[in-house]
Amino acid sequence: MRYLTDRKRAVGMGSAKSGVHHFWTMKVQSVALLILIPLFVFTYGPMLGAPHDAVLDYFSRPFPAIVAALTMIVGFKHFADGAQVLIEDYVHGTAQKVVIILVTCLSYAAMVTGLFAIARIAL
Amino acid sequence: MADVNRGDRPLSPHLSIYRPQLTSITSILTRITGNALLLAALLTVWWFLAAATSPEYFATADAVITSFLGDLVMFASLWALWYHTLAGIRHLIWDNAMGLELPIAEKLGWAVVAGSALLTIVTVIII
Repeated sequence: MRYLTDRKRAVGMGSAKSGVHHFWTMKVQSVALLILIPLFVFTYGPMLGAPHDAVLDYFSRPFPAIVAALTMIVGFKHFADGAQVLIEDYVHGTAQKVVIILVTCLSYAAMVTGLFAIARIAL
Repeated sequence: MADVNRGDRPLSPHLSIYRPQLTSITSILTRITGNALLLAALLTVWWFLAAATSPEYFATADAVITSFLGDLVMFASLWALWYHTLAGIRHLIWDNAMGLELPIAEKLGWAVVAGSALLTIVTVIII
């Protein structure tokens, strides 16, 4: 005899197991990046190839530093969440878990390295 | 889990039997651009770290990122960034169950392709 009805077994057990949480997180990040990316491109872009002194001066100003820091945080989290979807489609089993963990760790490492560098230049 | 009966169920037709279409190509490009942007992102972090460390280290990172290969990567990544951004806007529209009709979806696809090329050129001119 089965104790669970078919419906009860299905409730809350969509393929994600967490409803639309991942989707909604990425949607919020994408709207944030819609604002941040143009700001970052037109602050960071002109500094590529600029002399070291000019770069240090520029990113010690509040606006470019804050834009760059926010882009690091939201951008790398968005990458981690998006790459997870890619991995879930093409890698399966234990390898899937391992690769997702590695990509997530890499994203956080890059994010905080960027934040550290920006903080050091700005402060 | 209780009695999940997974036998040899038939598979639906897969990718290889479909003719490539604008909608499918622009969709896979969204994924490719988004993930490929990791390279430029890591280069950018390295550039910031070098700038924060020392003038010598900065000279090295700056030389790499502004070399011919570096320029090529950053230019391609700029296009990828604009492409992914516009494709993202398209997804935000689609999320509201709007613009999914084929003629509109095709127009949005061309808008993403042309818009990303245009934004890339404009950005290069301004920067």
